[in-house]
Amino acid sequence: MKLLLEHAHVEGIRYYDAYRKNGGYRAVEKAFKMTPDEIVEEVKKSGLRGRGGAGFPTGMKWSFLAKPEGIPRHLVCNADESEPGTFKDRYLMEFIPHLLIEGLIVSSFALGSNATYIYIRGEYAWIVDILEQAITEAKNNGWLGKNILNSGFDCEIYVQRGAGAYICGEETALIESLEGKRGNPRIKPPFPAIQGLWMRPTVVNNVETLAAVVPILNMGGEAYSKIGVGRSTGTKLLSVCGNVKKPGIYEIDMTQSVEEFIFSDEYCGGIANGKKLKACIPGGSSVPILPANLLLKTAKGETRYMNYESLSDGGFATGSMMGSGGFIVFDEDQCVVRHTMTLARFYNHESCGQCSPCREGTGWMYKILKNIEYGKGKMSDIDLLWDIQRKIEGNTICPLGDAAAWPVAAAIRHFRDEFEWHVLNPEESQKRNFGLAHYADPIHVPAVG
Amino acid sequence: MKFSEEKLNKAKEIMARYPDGKQKSALIPLLHLAQEEFGGWLDVSAMDYVAELLNILPIEVYEVATFYSMFNLKPVGKYIFEVCRTGPCMLNGSDDIIEYIKEKLNIREGETTTDGLFTLKPAECLGACGYAPMMQLGKHFREHLTKEKVDAIIDECRRNAAVNN
Repeated sequence: MKLLLEHAHVEGIRYYDAYRKNGGYRAVEKAFKMTPDEIVEEVKKSGLRGRGGAGFPTGMKWSFLAKPEGIPRHLVCNADESEPGTFKDRYLMEFIPHLLIEGLIVSSFALGSNATYIYIRGEYAWIVDILEQAITEAKNNGWLGKNILNSGFDCEIYVQRGAGAYICGEETALIESLEGKRGNPRIKPPFPAIQGLWMRPTVVNNVETLAAVVPILNMGGEAYSKIGVGRSTGTKLLSVCGNVKKPGIYEIDMTQSVEEFIFSDEYCGGIANGKKLKACIPGGSSVPILPANLLLKTAKGETRYMNYESLSDGGFATGSMMGSGGFIVFDEDQCVVRHTMTLARFYNHESCGQCSPCREGTGWMYKILKNIEYGKGKMSDIDLLWDIQRKIEGNTICPLGDAAAWPVAAAIRHFRDEFEWHVLNPEESQKRNFGLAHYADPIHVPAVG
Repeated sequence: MKFSEEKLNKAKEIMARYPDGKQKSALIPLLHLAQEEFGGWLDVSAMDYVAELLNILPIEVYEVATFYSMFNLKPVGKYIFEVCRTGPCMLNGSDDIIEYIKEKLNIREGETTTDGLFTLKPAECLGACGYAPMMQLGKHFREHLTKEKVDAIIDECRRNAAVNN
């Protein structure tokens, strides 16, 4: 079932005429016949959960927005998509920009934001032009600007480029960056809903979340909530990368099993080059890596499905997370140690440096992982790594600390034998990879801790 | 050191996007403009000029310019190869691509060729994981890289540089 990508392949859908002809801006027409509170109510009913990674219910987030008299409020769209493995928002903005603009107009009206900002990662430089073109078209056709559809409501949307900082995907760091500062996350509370951009009440939502407001308005919150499974309502975009036959963007209604998603021709088409599935990070680089056996089936032996609940079944001991939908697949020839090393380098590079556990810990983990990967590791390094990640997790202002700790923890938890092999066979590990491991013991927790 | 009239108008348009007294919000967009205008990198006088435009202290500009990885604080080549090397690109052979570029251009990571044309700047995840390996070149991404494609990109840059000179 496709809601967001329904018209993705229509020729010219990037531009206003084709978008409008295919039912575009109906949600805006509908929204301006409703009250802002009624729109918030529809979004609540839909059960939509934030698509940026945390999965927090969007309607609830909206209802937290403070509305003090005389103080402007803002909606900010988080388009700082930087989680390794994630490139779904890019697809939406690049190919169906009007869907986001439409979602932004409806959401701005619901929240009372007269000036709405799209904060886009600096590297997506050409997409800024695409979005600005769509904004101009929307404005020329009366969907944006002063007194939209004679409602008395004014709204402007501006696109702001970041400049290369993963941390700015964290909402308070994003706000700081939008204010022209370093992307240092703020201590919460106060939450942005009370004091956000310029200390005004602010809602920050992911691109896909705001785009999903369009089908919610069109079909009604209740109908939307019936798509999907349980609390995983609606459709979710997955960005697939790594060693599959057909990497790319897929929209799913979250009823598919992981096995079907990876191996059926409708989705990933199986592992590339006739190789075997070794492991997968199902929700962006921060969530735990799972070996093939725990990915396809839960620890209880039940089929694992592509939704929030099923992917996290078993907690971090034997499960993972839906996260941002960045689905990274490893074939049998890939080295988990090397991959974990690149992630440790990434988090070290991206740590803002405010909190010492993250600033020092990420660099320390990278150094140790580099030693192990390049044949200079000691057996005690593996336990030391475990110890460091535990001391980062939960001890930082923002979730970057956790995001850096979890991949290391999961790699050791499930692939300890591969780490040990690197330590025991420094020369051989420089020439070949470990290959498929023996994943017989799914809960292989190291001795330390 | 001053913006051209076109850039200055663009800067003013950006500064008008924010409420009164919140013009500092234009800092990052203005640094992008400055980097485009002043040769691909930001020296102290460029940063001071931006501070003057926004009526903020120079230190407020320096602390931001040094935080974000897209701002170059020393001279760079005309063409910057920002090759992604994070996990998903690594799974698809980005290490080999980086090695190949180093060998072909005879530079190390972070260095610029002696003719001033190319800089190799390994980058962390750029959001093109499904189209790996990839690099950013100017405003656009070059995806599904192979050694042959790298050769073609280098030739293309050399041709463009020759035409523009």
